[in-house]
Amino acid sequence: MTTGLLFALTGVVLFAAGAAALLLVDHLLRRVLAFNIMGSGACLVLVGLAQRNGVPDPVPQAMVLTGIVVAVAATGLALALIRRLHAQTGATTLPRDGADND
Amino acid sequence: MTFNELLPLLVLCSSLLPGLAIFILPERQHRLRTGLNLFGAVAKIVLVSMLLVGVQAGESYGFRHAVAPGLELVFKADALGLLFITLSTVLWLFTTLYAIGYLEDAPHRSRFFGFFSLCVTATIGIAMAGNLFTFFVFYELLTLATFPLVAHRGTPDAKQGATVYLAYTLAGGAALLTGIVWLESLTHHTGFTHGGFVAGLLPGNESTLVAIFVLLIAGVGVKAAIVPLHGWLPKAMVAPAPVSALLHAVAVVKAGAFGVVRIVYEVFGIDTAQALGLLTPLAAIAAFTIIWGSVFALFQDKLKKRLAYSTISQVSYIVLGTALFGPIGTIGGLVHLVHQGVMKSTLFFAAGNYAETLGIHKVSEMNGVGRRMPATTIAFSLAALGMMGAPLTAGAISKAWLGDGASAAGMGWAVWVLTASSLLNAAYFLPILWRAWFRPPPSSWPEEHIARRGLLETHGLLLAPPLLTAALALVFGLLPEDVASPLTWARMIAEREYGLVTP
Amino acid sequence: MIEHLTHLALPLLILLPLTSAALAFALGPGRGASLVIASSALQLLLALLLAATIGSAGPSHHAAGGWGAPLGIDLVADGLAAAMLLLTQGVALALFVFARGYFHQDSQDADHWAPAGRYFWPLASFLVAGMNALYLSEDIFNLYVTLELVGLAAVGLVASGGGATQTAAALRYLFAAILGSGAYLLGVALLYGSYGSVSIAALTPAIAASAPAVTTVALVAALLMVTGLLIKSALFPFHFWLPPAHGGSPAPVSALLSALVVKASIYLVLRLWLGPLQPLLAPFAWLPAILGASAILWGSWQAIRAERLKLLVAYSTVAQLGYLFIALPLAAASTTGVAPVAIVTLQAVAHGLAKAAMFAAAGIILHATGRDRVSDVAGIAERLPLTLFTFALAGVSLMGLPPSGGFLAKWLLIDLALAQGQWWLVAVIIAGGLLAAVYIFRVLRQAFLNLPEAEIEAEHQKARVVPRSAEWAAFALAASSILLGIFGGVPLLQLVGGSV
Repeated sequence: MTTGLLFALTGVVLFAAGAAALLLVDHLLRRVLAFNIMGSGACLVLVGLAQRNGVPDPVPQAMVLTGIVVAVAATGLALALIRRLHAQTGATTLPRDGADND
Repeated sequence: MTFNELLPLLVLCSSLLPGLAIFILPERQHRLRTGLNLFGAVAKIVLVSMLLVGVQAGESYGFRHAVAPGLELVFKADALGLLFITLSTVLWLFTTLYAIGYLEDAPHRSRFFGFFSLCVTATIGIAMAGNLFTFFVFYELLTLATFPLVAHRGTPDAKQGATVYLAYTLAGGAALLTGIVWLESLTHHTGFTHGGFVAGLLPGNESTLVAIFVLLIAGVGVKAAIVPLHGWLPKAMVAPAPVSALLHAVAVVKAGAFGVVRIVYEVFGIDTAQALGLLTPLAAIAAFTIIWGSVFALFQDKLKKRLAYSTISQVSYIVLGTALFGPIGTIGGLVHLVHQGVMKSTLFFAAGNYAETLGIHKVSEMNGVGRRMPATTIAFSLAALGMMGAPLTAGAISKAWLGDGASAAGMGWAVWVLTASSLLNAAYFLPILWRAWFRPPPSSWPEEHIARRGLLETHGLLLAPPLLTAALALVFGLLPEDVASPLTWARMIAEREYGLVTP
Repeated sequence: MIEHLTHLALPLLILLPLTSAALAFALGPGRGASLVIASSALQLLLALLLAATIGSAGPSHHAAGGWGAPLGIDLVADGLAAAMLLLTQGVALALFVFARGYFHQDSQDADHWAPAGRYFWPLASFLVAGMNALYLSEDIFNLYVTLELVGLAAVGLVASGGGATQTAAALRYLFAAILGSGAYLLGVALLYGSYGSVSIAALTPAIAASAPAVTTVALVAALLMVTGLLIKSALFPFHFWLPPAHGGSPAPVSALLSALVVKASIYLVLRLWLGPLQPLLAPFAWLPAILGASAILWGSWQAIRAERLKLLVAYSTVAQLGYLFIALPLAAASTTGVAPVAIVTLQAVAHGLAKAAMFAAAGIILHATGRDRVSDVAGIAERLPLTLFTFALAGVSLMGLPPSGGFLAKWLLIDLALAQGQWWLVAVIIAGGLLAAVYIFRVLRQAFLNLPEAEIEAEHQKARVVPRSAEWAAFALAASSILLGIFGGVPLLQLVGGSV
């Protein structure tokens, strides 16, 4: 097993853990952490798989940089919204049955 | 664009454009709205007259517009279409006049007249449709344009009636759509053709064609109020009287009946339909509807409901005529399309006059109304006698041709159906006439809205339309062989379009 | 001059909204609104120009910054992209005119804007920039970035309503969007690992060449990408986030989201599924069709049950999106006649126009009555005839009744399904139209009810003024969804026909 593949497999595991947490956990801050882990996993796969034949591929590095910027933006937006929700309702989780016909 | 292409477009626009303009008009612009309405109606009569002269001389009119590759809106003004167009155009003028009087000072007139014009546009579109696709487009447009008219009064009853109306017509539209697309997937076009265009699929597709026929006829049968698809019609009676006159005499039910004619003659072709064994069941359903409607009409005390069941019965005369194999029945059906339209709108105008003038809604309240409103009652009586098929009336001519057609087609039982229907017609119309003319009037009318002024028993604009349509029905009955009579035109259609020789 | 402008149309379609977004933030809502509207009008002209050029001369390319692929970012537009760009600019322009009137109506004072209106202009303009970039992108990674741009701007717009419900809806939407784009990104990473490229043009032949022996990794990658996109497209059963987000936002936001934003990810599904991923995903084509059919039935049923007007319209979106997916198995099989992709695009455009109009009309009705239940629309026929007419015209297109764009698309879809003997799809399409009629006429028949005189007076007292410009902008959208069926079919189907 090459290092690259190891990175990639780790990435997949991280992604799966993050996605599961995003779906299953209620607390909003934890969900923010969850999607960050998920994103990191995807980036790890990108970098890991691109390290073929021991020669690093520069294109995925650039992509991952872009991906990190996107993740930061999303995290910032999520945190702002969570603070807003906390200020408005005092809740740290999403209300249940939001999709129902009230 | 040549003149022969432009003329049908102008006929469509003469009601569409005034209709759209009326929507934008503020409610208080009473004169301008009336002016637009009458301008449209008169312009349409002039344009249709030009079409009539041209078609009789053998000119052909039409235009097409592609909405998608291989899918075209096709309009043509042929003799069969013109029969329906002329009927709608003339009755539109009368109904507009009537509605102006009927809705004087009522709210929402812009909305009413706007949709009214759209209805007429849709009817003309149905009559001029050159293929099933175009027919469907305007058939559904008619449903949409009539919905606000049925719901017009804004009462819970009106809401209920409009809901039932929609449930029937939209379901019918879905059946029609399925049938048309199915057919198109087999034949790759849906253009109406003399003698039909499905014969090439035989042999081998018999059951498919029967299924398509059932879907198509069920689709148009809803509007033609063929039993058991008739349930919407009595409920839709909540609409104002001019709507009933237009819906029941012209636009909606006739669109259905006209659709049956087009489908039997120009989609399947009378020979193919006969070969598939479709005509006898269709005739049987029509006969059943004729009797059913008449029997139910007997038990209605509400005048408009009695007329509605009578419509159900009478419209199936047209279907019956279409289903009879042979030229004589065809002529009977086609001529009845016009005769029934003129007579039934007279009846609805008169019923509206009784309600508006004296507050009479029920047959049991009509005692002696002939003395208070003689002119309206004369018009009513003439039309009712015509419906029964009394001698020298327009109805007698329709029934004679239908009866001869049935004998010629070897369907002797249909003659009995016609006779039974005439007796039933008499049974539900004669008591009304008896009450109106020979029973003493009550000391006071239910709700007298319009007082008598000299010779005018009611508002002038309410009185003129029934008298004019009654006169028209009288002329059709007395001068059937005249050049301009519906019978002459129907014979021309039969001779020209179906290559049939009439005696 | 015209040639030069055509050459610049691709980058300008991204730069113009991006610049006006930044400036609108600096200028504030009053002048910002004018700027954004002016910029949208210019964008619409550019999109028209682009569509005309593509119609006559084929796809258009632009290498951003002169770099060119594989290192630089290529902008490419074909007929499908041009059609989506045209839809986006057209709907956005009309909605911006609507939004100016809508947000402005509470005050006479030009400097005083409702909170929702203050952030609308920069965010909405960012959103349009993101969508335009998405339609012009040519590589699957750049598509990820644009997808996120669209998602983040949209979440911001949902939150701009300001209330706790809206914040919660925005968060729910954000998590769904991130889950979707995360799955998509992992798919991109795996695909890059397998084929060493992110360019669609390079991937298509590479995947096709490897097709007989597809690796598990490539298959997983394709499934991840599509699943991620389906979450963002709110295809049943991933629709859970849509009704609160679309139903709870201010009307201009709901309209933008329902008419345009979901279309962006659906466009990607189509583009990828029928393009590079076709050899991988061919065995799964029936899956989105089944989900689409379920969406039509379930969404319509929920719309029939919904008590709140905007929720009804939002569930109608869930249902209508289903139509865009049921054509997938039909599109994969080779057919003669009208190209399936073109039919789906026609349906997307018709729905975009009609849904924007319907949300706008619903917004006007809610603003005028101050209440949001379907039963509260009684008497609207009297008070807001133009808006009710708008709602009805949009409804005609959604029900697929003639003569509308929705009808034309439905007719062609049924034709396509019949040509391939898929009777169950015909049944679903017909049933969907009838169910749509049930929920739309639920509103219309209620609107025709008369109110008692006293109640009319009371309503007039508290009624807030809705500017005529807002009413007419909504009407223009609804009217175009109808006219599309009469005059738009041929040019649109021809424009899209050759692509993908």
